[in-house]
Amino acid sequence: MIDILDVRMSFGSLHVLRGVSLRVAEGESVALCGTNGAGKSTLMQCITGVHSFRGSIRVGGFDVRTDGKRARRLLGYVPQELAFRDDMRVSEAVRFYAALRGLRSTDVRAVLRPVLLEEHAQARVRALSGGMKQRLALAIALLGDPPMLLLDELSSSLDIEGRESFLRLLMELRGEGRTLVFASHRKEEVAMLADRAMWIVDGALHACAADGSVCVPAPCFACVKSIKEIDDVAMPTTA
Amino acid sequence: MSRCLPLPESMGANVWTLARRELRESLRSRWFLLHTGVFMLLGIAVSFLSASTAGGGGLAGFGRTSAGLANLVTLVVPLMALTAGAGCVASERERGMLAFLLSQPISRFEVIAGKWLGLALALTASICFGFGSCALVISLEGSSERAISMVQLACLSLFLAVGMLGVGVLISVLSPRMSMATGLAIFAWLLFAFVSDLGLMAGTIVWKVSIQSLFVACMVNPLQAFKIWSLDGSGIPLDVLGPVGQYATDHFPRALPWFAAASLSVWGFAPIALAALCFTRRPRP
Repeated sequence: MIDILDVRMSFGSLHVLRGVSLRVAEGESVALCGTNGAGKSTLMQCITGVHSFRGSIRVGGFDVRTDGKRARRLLGYVPQELAFRDDMRVSEAVRFYAALRGLRSTDVRAVLRPVLLEEHAQARVRALSGGMKQRLALAIALLGDPPMLLLDELSSSLDIEGRESFLRLLMELRGEGRTLVFASHRKEEVAMLADRAMWIVDGALHACAADGSVCVPAPCFACVKSIKEIDDVAMPTTA
Repeated sequence: MSRCLPLPESMGANVWTLARRELRESLRSRWFLLHTGVFMLLGIAVSFLSASTAGGGGLAGFGRTSAGLANLVTLVVPLMALTAGAGCVASERERGMLAFLLSQPISRFEVIAGKWLGLALALTASICFGFGSCALVISLEGSSERAISMVQLACLSLFLAVGMLGVGVLISVLSPRMSMATGLAIFAWLLFAFVSDLGLMAGTIVWKVSIQSLFVACMVNPLQAFKIWSLDGSGIPLDVLGPVGQYATDHFPRALPWFAAASLSVWGFAPIALAALCFTRRPRP
């Protein structure tokens, strides 16, 4: 479970998050929607404990500020901008992050198989396409079998075919009972993967109502309906 | 998916994992190889010229070699350590890799400690290559009995390198961009290697700075402390350093190595401790 309570964060005088509160239940899949610069990535990085913030975030009961290592052990994170050292081999990258997750021994091919990168284990990271790097990031996020996944712009670098196989994989992961929090601009991804969608507008979180309009500023757990009922996820306007 | 059992959370294991990666990356880095190559070549040249002009070795020959190498170390090793340290955090931050690294189940202290350790090991390797080549040249010239002094000089160089590495890492932690970190590292090198020397000379002439103050200023500069300690350790009279050396020999003949050791110890510990403090308290990656 992820508990976010009244999180505020700013870069200097720019307020990026203004009192965001959200509870993500175990096994739930939540989409974060919003325009570029709305604060989706910043919220995700606050959940991982990378950014400091005011308020409270607990992951699986662990406070990300005071017990960050334990909290992050429960999380797999796929960033928006894929960042690996270019001259690293794919297998080296997997082994490195596996060691940081405390994995005793890692079968690199078994890690890369689900993301269809098994054949590229010995390739340099710089030789991979954007989509392949994204799949590598997912493979690394899945190291140690974390129960929660954070995916930032989950298919931004993928072509149509790659996106379909990536979404199928995420559906499988969701079917296994994994908790997903993902940021996306694509309606079809939100409709396919999310139990509910939340809009971030000017750093504040709004829950989507069935008609696509904004209910009230979050927290608004009771009135949120399943995203499946939403025919068209419209861009909300602040109430 | 990998279903291996996770090890208990271990700070040492995480630091070692990060250090190994940093060491591997450093040894692959062109800049690092270039610095090591330059250090080796200049070291060999200094050793060869000093030994041959002294007529095949002996105390005088080694003293000259030692003085030449100490001067070489004060120029090359700090530059190598400062630039290596300056790149370690700033470059990863600029390329977005730091945020991904920090999203793993590791602490910020482990990240900085691992990077520092890896770079310190890389610098150790570089210094060993450099001094190893010099030792080979000296032994070929028939001065193998001074091997212990050579090891001593190499250890002092490592001491200096670790201190300068801490300064480089501190610069890296505080710099938002790689270009700024590199610029500040080179500025720091100029400050330690040249400006302080010239400043002290100018101060002596213009403000009539006392010899005591000059001595303190020299001991505060890690490069000068290293030079004084290494020359003193090699048995070279410190009057080659001018009035400050003469003053040090006259007033602190026995305490001088301790003063230098204290200065280099502070430089070895304080900057990296400050870097770790700044990095762990930094609101963003």
